[in-house]
Amino acid sequence: MSAPATEPAKAKFERTGKAFIKAENLVKKFPVRGGMLNRVINHVHAVTDVSFTIAQGETLGVVGESGCGKSTLGKMVIRLLEPTSGKVSIEGQEITGLDHQHMMSVRRRMQIIFQDPYSSLNPRLTVRSLLKEAISFHGIVDNAQMDSYIDELIATVGMRPESKDKFPHEFSGGQRQRLGIARALALKPEFIVADEPVSALDVSIQAQVLNLMKDLKEQFGLTMMFISHDLKVVEHFCDQVMVMYLGRVMEKIPSDKLREECEHPYTRALLGSNPIDDPDERRPLTVLEGDVPSPLNPPPGCPFAGRCPEVMDRCRVEMPPLQYRVNGQAVACWARM
Amino acid sequence: MTQSNANPILEVRGLTTRFRTDRGIVTAVDDVNFDVYPGETIGIVGESGCGKTVTSKSIMRLLPERNSIIEPSSKVMFKGINLATADEKTMREVRGDQVAMIFQEPMTSLNPVFTIGWQLNEALKYHTKLSKQERKARAIEMLRLVEIPNPEQRFKEYPHQLSGGMRQRVMIAIALCCEPDILIADEPTTALDVTIQAQVLALMAGLKEKLNTAILLITHDLGVVAQVCDRVIVMYAGRVIEQASVSDLFKRPQHPYTKALLESIPKAGRKTEDGRLPTIKGIVPSLFELPKGCRFQDRCKYKEQKCVDIEPDLIPHAFPDRPVRCHFPLNQNVDLTTGATG
Repeated sequence: MSAPATEPAKAKFERTGKAFIKAENLVKKFPVRGGMLNRVINHVHAVTDVSFTIAQGETLGVVGESGCGKSTLGKMVIRLLEPTSGKVSIEGQEITGLDHQHMMSVRRRMQIIFQDPYSSLNPRLTVRSLLKEAISFHGIVDNAQMDSYIDELIATVGMRPESKDKFPHEFSGGQRQRLGIARALALKPEFIVADEPVSALDVSIQAQVLNLMKDLKEQFGLTMMFISHDLKVVEHFCDQVMVMYLGRVMEKIPSDKLREECEHPYTRALLGSNPIDDPDERRPLTVLEGDVPSPLNPPPGCPFAGRCPEVMDRCRVEMPPLQYRVNGQAVACWARM
Repeated sequence: MTQSNANPILEVRGLTTRFRTDRGIVTAVDDVNFDVYPGETIGIVGESGCGKTVTSKSIMRLLPERNSIIEPSSKVMFKGINLATADEKTMREVRGDQVAMIFQEPMTSLNPVFTIGWQLNEALKYHTKLSKQERKARAIEMLRLVEIPNPEQRFKEYPHQLSGGMRQRVMIAIALCCEPDILIADEPTTALDVTIQAQVLALMAGLKEKLNTAILLITHDLGVVAQVCDRVIVMYAGRVIEQASVSDLFKRPQHPYTKALLESIPKAGRKTEDGRLPTIKGIVPSLFELPKGCRFQDRCKYKEQKCVDIEPDLIPHAFPDRPVRCHFPLNQNVDLTTGATG
């Protein structure tokens, strides 16, 4: 059962630039049942045709509003959800077709951190048993070393040693998120999906957890997918940003270019509707008309067409392809062809 | 700012709210003082558990009487009435009519079994003398005012048929239908996406202009504060620790907590050199185990013996209009180049 453990070295990791995670044309449709015979009457188009690569040691930020499919995408990438179609591979090895047994060894390499760690930590187990369960299942260390390994983990995420005999409910939100991180790190993963890891935390705690994640990323050379609705956090934490809207990728851009060089009208609207933290530079917020369309019957053409200030006739009938620029940016917009 | 020479519409003096719990009595809001002037937007900010929501619910007297106690010495003066001690009948006339409130999650404050129109009508029926037709016309007019498309149709719909942003706009319509003097908004945009938040914030700003409603905005989001507030009250562990105009607060925070809080937000388009954010170490103290001196002492970079021994008062130091609860406030030098005096 134990996987060939690639020991994360303590030294700073070199970025090789090699693609680590590759997703190709991922699609997820959830069936909607109804009617007298409970037949499938429709589909929720949660994710439509999403492709990306994450280079080894890099962090891809996925942003978008609720219902844009970012969490569904995150779960598909580590196969917590089965894609309807499309492929995911880790270091060239395709994982979408793997059977249960082979998946097990891959699973150790990919972990997830959730927004609300409380609902993902078993309330009846102490921290020690929580961590131990996964560690012994995957045979990361043997029983003799178990205690010292757990102590080390707890220290790594900046918690006190006595924490290991406590239960999840005895901790504050920030502490629980540290536990969630410890739980993910316990298996010495190489890739972590962090799904809104700091959204439920107060800003002072959010900063602590973001710093911790940054340190760990560098220490263990982790590759990450960071899902958030908060552009400022993504900009701060990630190397690349992928903007999603109603299940589709609107724009991909290096995060340091996001503010100045983003092209897609939706990305601009997102930036413009975020309040600036400076009362002296107050400007009217960009206000988009209307709401996100229903993913049940997504409109033909570009999903953003109904709210887009630059909409053209073509946008309403045909989805623009994601067009790559020389600098690594990619935009799906007819107005930017 | 809009803090004119007019008299304050709401004066809060020594507001203290305690809760009975299994572990004893806890003081969630401790001696809070502030004024709200007509037409201004005043923000109350702070992290979870700092007492900002309890403050607003104490003003509205919406806390359960079973386990909460508003100290009898507390004063919440509104048009000559002390809301802190007024009887329930008076409160019912004030609530929804002259002081209205909107909450974070509109779905829990809208009644799911009645239509939007019914709920708007209810408020108007209780607080106005309008006829049935007039009430309906007024309700539809309010829905139009909060930019609900197709208001005649929406009037007949139920809350679950609306999106989150629309529900919050309906809540605002209900809150404003009697043209209150004060709107208390408790995290009104926290559950909304940014594009919808922008819609709601723009709407609130527009309505404030039109109706000259004072807004008491409770939020943990400093970006929202920077965007819409005129003045800000910062709370920490049940205490007001600083009060200032929004510009002063962001440019020259006096309390170390305010400064640290502002620094810990990732800055748009600006990265720190090592990619790390400045943090505030530790966590907010439990209200059951408050230290004797300053409540922020364990997390403060500038702590001295005096901070351990004596809790500072909320008093002005270098600037007359800017009270701060700190023995050693920051930014005390008047910046002569800009002529700013706070």
